[in-house]
Amino acid sequence: MSTRIPLPYSPKVLELFRNPKNLGPIPDADVVASAGSPACGDMIRIYLKITRRGGKDVIEKASFESYGCAANIAAASILTEMVKGKSVEEAWKITWKQLSDELGGLPPIKYHCSILAVGALKRAIRQYYSKKKNKPKWLPEQLTPDEKQVLEEEEMIERYYKASKP
Amino acid sequence: MSNKSLVEKVRELLRSHGRPSREVYFDLENSGWVPREVVEAMIPYYYERGFGHPSITHKPGWEALEAVYEAKELVAETIGAKGIEEIVFTHSGTEANNLAIMGTLLASRNKRGRVLVSSIEHLSVIFPAEKLGERLGFRVTRIPVDGEGFVDPEVFKAYMDRDVVLVSVQVVNHEIGTIQDVRELVGIAKDVNPDVVFHTDAADAYGKIPLDVDRLGVDLLTISSHKIHGPRGVGVLYVREGVKLEPILYGQLSSEKMWPGVENVPAIAGFKKAVELAFNDFEGNVAKMKSLRDRLLKGILDHVPDVLVNGPLGNRRAPDNVNVSFLYVEGEALTVELSLRGIYVSSGSACTSRVLEPSHVLLAIGRRHEEAHGSILFKTSRYHTLEDIEYTLEQLPQAVERLRRISSLKKQ
Repeated sequence: MSTRIPLPYSPKVLELFRNPKNLGPIPDADVVASAGSPACGDMIRIYLKITRRGGKDVIEKASFESYGCAANIAAASILTEMVKGKSVEEAWKITWKQLSDELGGLPPIKYHCSILAVGALKRAIRQYYSKKKNKPKWLPEQLTPDEKQVLEEEEMIERYYKASKP
Repeated sequence: MSNKSLVEKVRELLRSHGRPSREVYFDLENSGWVPREVVEAMIPYYYERGFGHPSITHKPGWEALEAVYEAKELVAETIGAKGIEEIVFTHSGTEANNLAIMGTLLASRNKRGRVLVSSIEHLSVIFPAEKLGERLGFRVTRIPVDGEGFVDPEVFKAYMDRDVVLVSVQVVNHEIGTIQDVRELVGIAKDVNPDVVFHTDAADAYGKIPLDVDRLGVDLLTISSHKIHGPRGVGVLYVREGVKLEPILYGQLSSEKMWPGVENVPAIAGFKKAVELAFNDFEGNVAKMKSLRDRLLKGILDHVPDVLVNGPLGNRRAPDNVNVSFLYVEGEALTVELSLRGIYVSSGSACTSRVLEPSHVLLAIGRRHEEAHGSILFKTSRYHTLEDIEYTLEQLPQAVERLRRISSLKKQ
């Protein structure tokens, strides 16, 4: 079967896969967003609890659920660690590359897990402000390249899935 | 991005993985261990005898030739072939399948015509058929299978016509263990076109179900050494007397007309030993792998909820095969989770390949993508013990449960 491409996961990925942090829903989350799809074998859901502190929106709690490979679980776990206590604006700036570096460098074939995790976070942030109907200035109108990539992947799998079903 | 070398990365990974207190290897689909007695049968051929080239006229060459012929004779006997002239050694099952497909297409390229392969064939059949076949002007069709992987004879009949020059349908599917009625399909094919060449990939059937080339009626048949605990690096193509193949590799003269290059004589000697071990007590061996398989499959279904069995049940399934989809978890994560617990398996998930498509076999039997992503393949062998199975049944439910807790997909 196809678990074939050699994947030298870093010890960090393995450690987070073994003992993921911030796992499971936050009952009083302010926002919940997912990226990916069951059909492509990767789906990350991010929960955020946001509070106003010192004139800033701050991520008080973050957690995740992940249907996906070991790298996917590790990426979601470390992202929730990285954003905890950060202002939403700072959290927005996290790139998939940073995330991958924090994981000790994902194999190129797994970059997509990092893109997906960041995509879910960005989606949660947009959703949060659209619910509140006040878009902060730092939040771009247009989708960023990271967000577009997630969207394209979801659309591609959707088309592919439809095409392969009679 | 770290500048560590790939070697260092793999070493770090292995250190961090650690050695589990108990280990059970079930990934016999992809490769496996070679028992000591097989390795011991190989060693003399590296430095004591038969280390020469089997086509050269000196004693070490003749000793090598003797080993090659002994192995061919034994293989011929186990599949009911007429003799050693019908046995070709390649250096893998993949090479044997490529030789069967490409060799036949090259030999019949003036006919053009059509090629039929089942949609669940190993990719070492499908790809050469499609890539070379289409280049040479053949029309290549994947025949659909039913939900258990069977080619319906009536459907096959509808695809078969006088223009078909080559058919390839395996005896046992490598992923889901479907035992195909190849004999019936050969009958249908030859009725329509007596000149059709019928190939069967028997890599997963050899040593697991009885095979007889005359009873099956096939023209070409593939065997792979490492699927029966032989060393990697030996494939066999049975070529029925009179069937025309063109070589696909050219090079030095060799005792093997169809496959140039020096025969891997030590590996061939090891393969011969593995064949002896598999066939000396064929029925006992099969009964053992089957009873362990039955225990494993029943245990999984009893102890893990939301599991789908991929492939048929009962006597139409190969005796060593367990292929199940654990819903709501992704297979690659499960292979890693089980590895940390010392249980080594593979998955039909696409997650490692980034080509989006999970196992073509599971899709062909109608599994949805998310079902295929959660699939795990186990193969039992006579070397496994009941304790291995019990250990697996103790660990597996915990492993699945842990990943289901993490999963963003839940039972609705």
